[in-house]
Amino acid sequence: MKKDIILSGVGGQGILSIAAIIGLAAIEKKLFVKQSEVHGMSQRGGAVQSHLRISDKEIASDLIPYGESDIIISVEPMEALRYLPFLSSHGWIITSTTPFVNIPNYPDLDALLNQINSYKNVIAINADEVARRIKTPKASNVVILGAASPFLEIPLENLEGGIRSLFGRKGEEIINMNITALNAGVEESKKYYQLSGL
Amino acid sequence: MKKLLLLGAEAVAQGAIDGGMSGIYAYPGTPSTEITEYVQNSKIATERKIHRQWSANEKTAMESALGMSYAGKRAMVCMKHVGLNVAADPFINSAITGVNGGLIITVADDPSMHSSQNEQDSRYLGKFAMIPILEPCNQQEAYDMTREGFVLSEKYKTPIMIRITTRLSHSRYGVEVKEMKVQNSASLPDDPKQFVLLPAIARKRYKILLDNQINFEIESEKSLFNKFYEGEDKSLGIIACGIAFNYLMENYDDQKCPHPLVKIGQYPIPKKLIDKLYSQCEKILVLEDGYPFVEETVKGFLDSNKKICGRLDGSLPRDGELNPTLVAKALGLPTKEGLPIPEIVVNRPPELCNGCSHRDVYEALNEAMKSFGEKRVFSDIGCYTLGALPPYNSINSCVDMGASITMAKGAADAGLIPSVAVIGDSTFTHSGITGLLDAVNENSPITVIISDNSAVAMTGGQQSSATGKIKDICIGVGVNPEHVKVLLPVPKQHNEMVKVMKEELAYNGVSVIIAQRECIQTVSKNKKSKK
Ligand SMILES: Cc1ncc(C[n+]2csc(CCOP(=O)(O)OP(=O)(O)O)c2C)c(N)n1
Repeated sequence: MKKDIILSGVGGQGILSIAAIIGLAAIEKKLFVKQSEVHGMSQRGGAVQSHLRISDKEIASDLIPYGESDIIISVEPMEALRYLPFLSSHGWIITSTTPFVNIPNYPDLDALLNQINSYKNVIAINADEVARRIKTPKASNVVILGAASPFLEIPLENLEGGIRSLFGRKGEEIINMNITALNAGVEESKKYYQLSGL
Repeated sequence: MKKLLLLGAEAVAQGAIDGGMSGIYAYPGTPSTEITEYVQNSKIATERKIHRQWSANEKTAMESALGMSYAGKRAMVCMKHVGLNVAADPFINSAITGVNGGLIITVADDPSMHSSQNEQDSRYLGKFAMIPILEPCNQQEAYDMTREGFVLSEKYKTPIMIRITTRLSHSRYGVEVKEMKVQNSASLPDDPKQFVLLPAIARKRYKILLDNQINFEIESEKSLFNKFYEGEDKSLGIIACGIAFNYLMENYDDQKCPHPLVKIGQYPIPKKLIDKLYSQCEKILVLEDGYPFVEETVKGFLDSNKKICGRLDGSLPRDGELNPTLVAKALGLPTKEGLPIPEIVVNRPPELCNGCSHRDVYEALNEAMKSFGEKRVFSDIGCYTLGALPPYNSINSCVDMGASITMAKGAADAGLIPSVAVIGDSTFTHSGITGLLDAVNENSPITVIISDNSAVAMTGGQQSSATGKIKDICIGVGVNPEHVKVLLPVPKQHNEMVKVMKEELAYNGVSVIIAQRECIQTVSKNKKSKK
């Protein structure tokens, strides 16, 4: 088993929490995990990415080679496209469609979504809307994680375990909120799957 | 043994704790900051009373670590690569004094300049100081090298350098930790003159360092961190340094390289291992992150009959960090490409936070400067450097910490009046105070704006040595108290700020404007932690 995942978003959107949850879940499954992350300058509202690698064998490189990522998980639609050079020919893009507009020349949203939908394997969901609907507005990143979970080859219960260990200190309420968000993401993913006739 | 999931930086920190360290000294700087923060958050470090407060800058950190070593205890000093420039004087001289307790200088380089002004390679400075350098290829080695590093340091009474890079520092992997060693008890150097670098003594100490060079080479030849791997395919021999080893292995199933290979993790470079490689193979490929340090060195001592490839002959790019794909290309292996980035994707540079006090400072400064002319605002390094970008475009320089004040002074000396400096609070106490003294001594017509957010914000909101002290420092240095103004940078105060700035810009002497409001990130972090 080997999964190479690119996580992307804008500094402050919580991609490192997604990485941590997947990482903890993989460790629970006794897998090797290597995860490179971004600290420093670009965390101030800039584009951020993380390379997350999971395998049942030792992992050599901290970076995923170009064209070999199985999944791009993005909490922001434009950022999903920034890392396409890493995506393998059979790879999946799982992204939120909620734009994070903090630059004057942010592209037209319809054009952007058309571009995203022009790729072969895409799941694009409005994570912020879903998070608001289930009253967990701060957990839209975990909604996206839920949407990506069917592609991770890691059982949902392990991801829930990851959420428990990551947010353990913050109390039951926060844990449940994130688990709700995770499951909502799973449902959205299934819906999208059916709608697009895949 | 227990396994922990650690960033490379954290592995260095855990290795230092387990190696019996009594104190860590540092000034923050990406990608080195997490080393010290890990020790600051460690319960064991609290129990062991390990010193872990931030220092004012890298030079004071280096000197304090040397002082702890003098007193017999194991100490580490950490910094980003450019920090070693600041600490270069005590660093180079510590190689001459030698140490008492083990002393490790951990330097985190930033190839590709993810968060830095340059991508200088600290191995050159390690070689310049003529001390052993350890360069881990992964998180486990980062731990092991640090834990063992104190032993090597004490064996030869020499400081040693650990060099990591951004990618290793900020990547996590499982690390097997070993038992914790006891800390040294205090002891004084045997020779009371060891640390007195008067020329007569320094010459003797320097000879000791020179005599040790052969020992350092022998240590490298037998080091477990340097290794020769046999290989069938002798058309190529490979030298892989530090993290480049991982990028190499990524290209082979089960991490089995068909070529003879020397993995380097300890310097000076193991000449015998490299001679062996050279004699077996038709040509050599050098893989290293940073400058072509090993490539240049081996070209110097191998005969020139066989080709040596690397960053110098274009087999690999001359700049930027390596990755598995670049290494595959250099090996002539097939690579994949993924899809191109569509044109619709635009750049998203970092920006000042909404509500950040630096924004209010630049709004006011831009207006105040209108009547004084453009291109005369020297600045410095910190979040406020983002004022160089739209929408503000307020500043015209960012060179090294503290340079805003001294460059403004030099420009004023040349007749650019008024000249303005914009500097952060932590940068001011890092390296701005002495420059302000220069300006005071000549009553230079400069206006210094200290944008004081009471935090080291750029690197994650560490405590600033300057907090609550800036006004007193400026007056203490000799700035006329009438020209030390404290402002509250909020939108409501905009007109007042513009007015004060204009007045001080018109003043023909040194004035300091302190715009004081706490970083909104640390405000909200502190609120959360109080809950
Ligand atoms: C010699 C050196 N050390 C450390 C750094 C890393 N660094 C860049 S900005 C900065 C913080 C500056 O803090 P401050 O001046 O208070 O500005 P703020 O980011 O809070 O606005 C640090 C530590 C550096 N670039 N150079």
